[in-house]
Amino acid sequence: MSSTGEEVDAAGDGGSDPTGDPALAVRGLTKRYGDTVALDEVDLAVDDGEFVAVVGPSGCGKSTLLRVLSGLEERFEGRAAVDGVDVRDGGSDAVGMVFQEPRLLAWADVRANVAVGLPTDVDPDAPAARDRVDDLIETVGLDGFAESRPGQLSGGMAQRVSLARGLAYEPEVLLLDEPFSALDQLTKYEQQDNLLDVWRERGATVALVTHDVEEAAYLADRVVVLGGQPGTVETVVDIEAERPRDRTDEALLAARREITDALGV
Amino acid sequence: MATTRETESGDVGAALAAALPDADRFRWLLGLVVPALLVVVWHLLVATGVFAAHQLPQPLRVVETLYGMAATGELWGHIAITLQRVFFGTLLGVSVGIVLGTITGLYGLAQDLLDPLFQSLKNIPSLAWVPLFLLWFGIGEGAKVLLIAVGAFFPVYLNLSTGIGNVSEDLLEVAEVYDLGRIESLRRVVFPAAVPSLLVGIRGGVGLAWMFVVAAELIAASQGIGFLLSDGRVLARPDIIVGSILLFAFFGNLSDLAVKEVEQRVVDW
Repeated sequence: MSSTGEEVDAAGDGGSDPTGDPALAVRGLTKRYGDTVALDEVDLAVDDGEFVAVVGPSGCGKSTLLRVLSGLEERFEGRAAVDGVDVRDGGSDAVGMVFQEPRLLAWADVRANVAVGLPTDVDPDAPAARDRVDDLIETVGLDGFAESRPGQLSGGMAQRVSLARGLAYEPEVLLLDEPFSALDQLTKYEQQDNLLDVWRERGATVALVTHDVEEAAYLADRVVVLGGQPGTVETVVDIEAERPRDRTDEALLAARREITDALGV
Repeated sequence: MATTRETESGDVGAALAAALPDADRFRWLLGLVVPALLVVVWHLLVATGVFAAHQLPQPLRVVETLYGMAATGELWGHIAITLQRVFFGTLLGVSVGIVLGTITGLYGLAQDLLDPLFQSLKNIPSLAWVPLFLLWFGIGEGAKVLLIAVGAFFPVYLNLSTGIGNVSEDLLEVAEVYDLGRIESLRRVVFPAAVPSLLVGIRGGVGLAWMFVVAAELIAASQGIGFLLSDGRVLARPDIIVGSILLFAFFGNLSDLAVKEVEQRVVDW
């Protein structure tokens, strides 16, 4: 499933995908905001079921890359496709996104906020959907808060609601923009393992943006290091460590060193 | 609240906790102190002859007049008709404001076509409309209700239109990423997000409805609190004039408090 040895712009081996297209295909992607070039000629291919992390300094276009893939940016040069369908032609429908900020509905309780993520063909009031939402709330460690409003939650709790909403969507491709940044260390570890469980169970393709090198190495099959301004791919680090991984695995430490070197720190 | 604090802290804390909410509960009474003093000063100024009684009646005289009119039943008719006009006028104005505010908030073209017009119409003073409305709709109830509706319309329209237009881009992106679709994103994101603006608009609309009802009743009515007001002037009865003003103050405040209460219950996040 996870093609660890590929180069970054390889179109994947097509083994698990009948169409032969990688789950995420980005080629020559250039995104400008006015005169500012956020991304410059970025190539990236993510295989079906692969877990890719994107790291890089602030302002390197990490979030922009996810915005393009989720279909929120209509104007860019180059190609960005999900399962072979251009994101501007509905390819982004199969993509779920967890934003960097919680972006919750202030007037709705936690349950209703998570339910926003339910697939459109699911009736949020159906008992099965309700159970699923409550399960997700429990998964992110918020049982007992189903009826709370976002205003009553801490920043970390709100971020976990947002995470549960993203998981409710059951996307083929899940994009996560620094989803654990507001969590304390212990909760962060817990939620990282939750994410790995969901990823393993559902076989989803995951692209996670983070500035946390340790997190990237622990979670991902491959770590894409973006650099500079405008953002370009500096290097791609394959994480060879066996799963389930131990956070102190030698291979992880080596990978972290490699990523840190690539970041130039 | 008091009980949880009691269990957590010592005797002094408990005593404080028990005492504090009580002090808070009666705090609104402070707002009555200055008005009460003003009434006393008013009484003294008239009683000592600083103001002539035919220009400013004593406070008690105003109360007696209102009480007398209430006893004969005359007062209730005036109050009822004014409340009725304000109610239907507000209802009409708020409804049209909601419809047009929603349309201009949602559609840029409607906004470009209609908003400049409404922005300039809103600056026309209420009294300026009166002759035109009399000419068009006669002196019946229709003219008055319509005039009040004009007053109530503008704040609702303006607030709702901007409220819908200013729904956070972040939340709209959430709706887009999760494929909520047009209808669901309106129902679950846009409209709830605009409810606080709508209620601010309704509060302003109710306030203006009271201003417009005075305009309507002063000039073309044979009943209502505004008629009472102008009748007091004709009859040279300052007690009736002051009494009518107090009635407007009372009912205006009452309706404002009612809307405020609704606002606090609905917008509780």
